Amino acid sequence: MMTKLLGMPVQASQHAAEIDQMTVLTHWLMLFLFVGWGAFFIFVLFRFRKGANPRASYTGAKGKLAKSTEVLVAIVEIVLLVGYAIPAWATRVKAFPSENEAVVVRIVGEQFSWNIHYPGPDGKFGRTDISKVTADNPLGLDRTDAAAKDDVTTINQLYLPINRPVLVHLSSKDVIHSFGLIEMRVKQDAIPGMTMPVWFVPTRLGEYEISCSQLCGLGHFRMRGFITVQNDADFRKWFDDQQKELRATP
Amino acid sequence: MEQPTTPPSVVYEHAHHIDAHEELGWWRKYVFSTDHKVIGIQYAITGLLFLLFGFGLMMLMRWQLAYPGKPIPLIGPWLGQSRAPMGIMLPEFYNQLGAMHGTIMVFLGVVPLAVGGFGNFVMPLQIGAPDMAFPKINMMSYWVYYIGGVIMLASFFPTTGAAQSGWTSYTPLSVITATSGQTFWLVGMIFLITSSLLGSINFITTIVQLRAKGLSYMRLPFFVWAQFVTSFLLLLAFPPLEAAGILQLMDKVAGTSFFLPSGLVISGKPLAVAGQGNPLLWQHLFWFLAHPEVYVLILPAMGIVSEIIANNTRKPLWGYKALVYSVVFLGFMSFIVWAHHMFMTGMGTTMSAFFQTTTMIISIPSVVILTALLLSLWGASIRFTTPMLFALAFLPMFGIGGLTGLPLGLAPSDIHLHDTYYVIGHFHYVVAPGTIFALFAGIYHWFPKATGRKMNELLGKLHFWGSLVCINLVFMPMFIQGLAGMNRRMYDGGAQYAHNQGVLHWNVVQGYAAWGLGLFQIFFIINFFMSLKWGKAVDKNPWEATTLEWLAPSPPGHGNFLTEPIVYRAPYEYSVPGAAKDFSPQFEPEKA
Repeated sequence: MMTKLLGMPVQASQHAAEIDQMTVLTHWLMLFLFVGWGAFFIFVLFRFRKGANPRASYTGAKGKLAKSTEVLVAIVEIVLLVGYAIPAWATRVKAFPSENEAVVVRIVGEQFSWNIHYPGPDGKFGRTDISKVTADNPLGLDRTDAAAKDDVTTINQLYLPINRPVLVHLSSKDVIHSFGLIEMRVKQDAIPGMTMPVWFVPTRLGEYEISCSQLCGLGHFRMRGFITVQNDADFRKWFDDQQKELRATP
Repeated sequence: MEQPTTPPSVVYEHAHHIDAHEELGWWRKYVFSTDHKVIGIQYAITGLLFLLFGFGLMMLMRWQLAYPGKPIPLIGPWLGQSRAPMGIMLPEFYNQLGAMHGTIMVFLGVVPLAVGGFGNFVMPLQIGAPDMAFPKINMMSYWVYYIGGVIMLASFFPTTGAAQSGWTSYTPLSVITATSGQTFWLVGMIFLITSSLLGSINFITTIVQLRAKGLSYMRLPFFVWAQFVTSFLLLLAFPPLEAAGILQLMDKVAGTSFFLPSGLVISGKPLAVAGQGNPLLWQHLFWFLAHPEVYVLILPAMGIVSEIIANNTRKPLWGYKALVYSVVFLGFMSFIVWAHHMFMTGMGTTMSAFFQTTTMIISIPSVVILTALLLSLWGASIRFTTPMLFALAFLPMFGIGGLTGLPLGLAPSDIHLHDTYYVIGHFHYVVAPGTIFALFAGIYHWFPKATGRKMNELLGKLHFWGSLVCINLVFMPMFIQGLAGMNRRMYDGGAQYAHNQGVLHWNVVQGYAAWGLGLFQIFFIINFFMSLKWGKAVDKNPWEATTLEWLAPSPPGHGNFLTEPIVYRAPYEYSVPGAAKDFSPQFEPEKA
């Protein structure tokens, strides 16, 4: 019920439901406290207005209401923290899939696009060098490197197979961007000078968007990429087509 | 060893001595004054003007969000080619408005009004002091702030415009953006921080040294406690940002690389800098200030609200001691939660567990304070005056702001909400209908003390109800937008993205609500000037209040009190059983 009420986007990854469950739980707590406080607030404003209560009480409220509220909040927060938040975060930043089973991809943000870099069938990313950066080669990929020969690069378009873990090595060429996949419940800053691993498992076919979620300059609003989640056969076909194309270009 | 200190009574006599023998000229009396009340009013007026200006920037942004790419009516043609050609806002200008709205509201509006204005004017009066401990440093603090403000405003004039990398000024963006705006911003910030540091040492010294006879710490009005803790936050949290600001300035103008890593490629060309710096270092230094800064914004507001609630409920605050301990604990904890702003930078399990835990812990004293203020209403005899309405509205508004912090403070739910409008809704509920409502409450409450006249109740109530409705229509839809995934800081409001399509229409509602909010402030402006001249003239204690400022004449002269104040009891002794009237001021001796 709460999920509907909150109007969150579709869940398109394996861990999305877990994230949303936390959001829903905290909103139940918020709603409970707000309605409780609100009802009390409106009642006292009415009951203890000057007209109804001309002489105030020096001692005021008695009883343990305050203490029980505080204890309740503390207990719920401990449960949220220990039961949900800390373990959920650990699976996000520690339990990475192995490079053998996962689709591994390098993503490099720049003002204002996402450079996508697949290692090709050899599973090895080719060498990159900033002195080789040109308009046609925004990653500065050194095609003379043996490992680079089969590498596939795209701009703003990420192809992924469904139900296979994706391991992204995320970085940036210039300023801080943030790799936001709303439907996948993924967000990770792309910070120049650092490479950050991000992982998720797409579980829903379709087209999604990559939205830059950190102010990165005047074109921030249009730094939009696309994700196509396909079934395994379609993904493989796309991948093979890319290899054919690479072999065709001298 | 006992430190030789000047007893307050000596300072008090001394101040009167000066007052009696030296008539000050106009400039020294109203412009370069060392009187805490004049400085407080200077701070307050300047702060209010900046709040209005910062709000104006936001109203422009709201047009662009409601109607992306449409010419701005009325003002558009005056903005110039470099900002809005044909009246259509450029993305660069939108980003400048965003960065400067945040900077101005926080550093030039709310803090100067809450701390510089109310703190300076009210605090010495409430502790029975004739002035601040260091009146000249106080004057310097205002003028350094003023220079900082002028620099910030001046940054709009070069055609390349003001800072445009957010009020957070994250590196490398802020450094590599080749305009002068960021340089102005950094220099301006150095002045503003210096001003706050000068103010904070003065506040701390004054509260420790200049309390009236009989005014023990546990008899201090809660407002003074709030200012006391706030001053420590300013004193301890600002220096790291001052240092960081200087480092960023060096990166900007002297070619250093404190915050720039190696291998940057800007627009296809390698950047010629030494490198080896770290952009995250800036974020840590920035948030080490900017999180305590949140409490600098909220604590004085809580102090003001507590004063007004006690006064208008005609009963003591519920749980005064709990309030004091909570505010001290809050101040302490605010230093160790900063990295919850940085969960998305790639934080490991240990760090994130630590900062999530401290964030949950800091919510407890906030709950204690809110509960104590709510329970204070039980058994009351509530007078719904204009200041009381604003103070009461603070409670649910701050409640919403605080509660919506929960899903942001837990790292996994923050994944979805980070950098969306949910965050904007959250902190604006704390600062706008929270703190700014409290500041309005304070203005209506202490206006009679500062001017000897009351503000108009009818205009005040129109101002209140109009503002309450409009401000909620601005910020409530942000939660809906944020949950749908709408990112903040988007020039077109995120109109290109599929996931925003269902919530974009709220931008129009928010636009009209924001402009309506602007219109309702006119009631306040009219009321303010009208009441200066024609407001109902009042005596020393028009609200029948208990704290020391109501012993001084309205307005108080130089040196504040006519006789040395002595404190006989706790701050909020209202409706004491057996007393003849329903308030027993701190300054009235027990009847023999």
